Amino acid sequence: MKILVPVKRVIDANIRVRIKDDHSGVETANIKMAINPFCEIAVEEALRLKEKGNAEEIIVVSAGPAKCVETIRNGLAMGANRGIHVLCDASPEPLALAKILKQIAERESIGLVLLGKQSIDDDNNQTGQMLAALLGWPLGSYISSIAVNDAGFEIVREIDSGLEKLQLTAPAVMTADLRLNEPRYASLPNIMQAKKKPVEELTPNDLGVDITPRVQTIEVHEPPTREAGVMVSSASELVDKLKNEAKVI
Amino acid sequence: MRTLVVTECEKGVVVPATLNTITAARQIGGEVDVLVAGHDCSGIADSMSKVSGVDRILCCEHADFENHITENLAGLVESLSGNYTHVMAAATTFGKALIPYAAALCDAQAISDISDVVNADTFVRPIYAGNALATVKSSDSIKMITVRATSFESASTEGGNATVENVEATDASQNVQFIEQMLSLSERPELTSAKVVVSGGRGMKEGKNFEMLEKLADNMGGAVGASRAAVDAGFVPNDYQVGQTGKVVAPDLYVAVGISGAIQHLAGMKDSKIIVAINTDEDAPIFQVSDYGWNEDLFTAVPALNDELESAI
Repeated sequence: MKILVPVKRVIDANIRVRIKDDHSGVETANIKMAINPFCEIAVEEALRLKEKGNAEEIIVVSAGPAKCVETIRNGLAMGANRGIHVLCDASPEPLALAKILKQIAERESIGLVLLGKQSIDDDNNQTGQMLAALLGWPLGSYISSIAVNDAGFEIVREIDSGLEKLQLTAPAVMTADLRLNEPRYASLPNIMQAKKKPVEELTPNDLGVDITPRVQTIEVHEPPTREAGVMVSSASELVDKLKNEAKVI
Repeated sequence: MRTLVVTECEKGVVVPATLNTITAARQIGGEVDVLVAGHDCSGIADSMSKVSGVDRILCCEHADFENHITENLAGLVESLSGNYTHVMAAATTFGKALIPYAAALCDAQAISDISDVVNADTFVRPIYAGNALATVKSSDSIKMITVRATSFESASTEGGNATVENVEATDASQNVQFIEQMLSLSERPELTSAKVVVSGGRGMKEGKNFEMLEKLADNMGGAVGASRAAVDAGFVPNDYQVGQTGKVVAPDLYVAVGISGAIQHLAGMKDSKIIVAINTDEDAPIFQVSDYGWNEDLFTAVPALNDELESAI
């Protein structure tokens, strides 16, 4: 089985974002970027499936500007075999990205597409679901475990009321939740080796996909901020304030 | 304009976020229809017909919908989509899986987790864990939307008089087989709709210490939640998690116990009316968003609070 893992380049999760003065978006120039944490979990799970003998090859794919190759190299340094970079001016919208990924999944005869459940920049949480719909492959969203079996995959999903176990046929699309695994660190020799691994460059045009945006961002602004309140020093003081001042209990 | 709201049910009961979604649908303007799809769901269809502001109920009874398999419901939504300008579901794990799937079937770019309706094609949604709010305008002919329930009032479950129509089921997916659900059972209010939420973090040290938070929640009629750190450490199950990638809550009172206040956690609770923080670290970021802060060891503070609340009863 070949596994396809899409990865996204995002602002590092530890950076506090700043909104541009013209409110057109969030400042990304000269800001530390990183692989989206959920994508990293997806890469790790693909590696574990390969190490268990369930997969022969892992392909990491990213769509976006030239710098996305760095994110692909992150995945290659963790242990993926090769990369595909789909060059676009900006990250495509989830539907356009799903169309790109569909073409690649079919071209490469993929058995499993493993994605992060959402990217921590746009918080869309859409691409995996859309890809499953376009391919007509079964969807395992928000998964916390995968077991490969004769019929395909037995997966456990994290849902609002607990956990859910499903059996999916192969090929399938899955989106990784937080507790699927803890990703490894890439070792220095592997980082060096990753520089020699092949990364193919494509354009949306090569794949016959129109990535014209459907949703326009009109403006981005700050959410209302909360002010720090008062400090209390005893249970009776706190209960008194909650009852008589805030009137919430 | 006509909006279809997809009802979410859990164990035969309508999930409260569906009612908030109906309010968001009313704000679009135009008619509001509600889809009830399930196994043996005519009772739910009847109760939804009484919800204020709903014009029509579309009821689809079929065993294939019993377990909310995304593929099966998305196929049904697509089959109905030709009659609608908007399709909405709550931004729960149910809606977040369903809407993008159905949107792709309709060739629409979905809009996730809206917190405000500006007009029929323009919406506000949080991005970057709620550290920015984006106003976005869709050019798709059908808008497929998930709704942040805490940003909209709950529609009244009385006063409505919607007609109920039966609709045909579509074919079920042969690729997905339901095995089982392992649900957390609790007598407490549901986390996302509770008036009071008491959450514990890494500072709780171990799972059994959550017993005192459960007692605190019970003393205030609330639910128990947790930070990601507490869930990752195995103190409590995944469905307790409040934050960017967990549940979003906005209760009247949120009590954060032993939670430092990472931005990913704040994303899930900073719209609460009153926030209380109990933490031994006086520099913990949670204090910057708290109405009442108590710089105290939680193992001293929580039992003292329980004593105070119990003596007052």
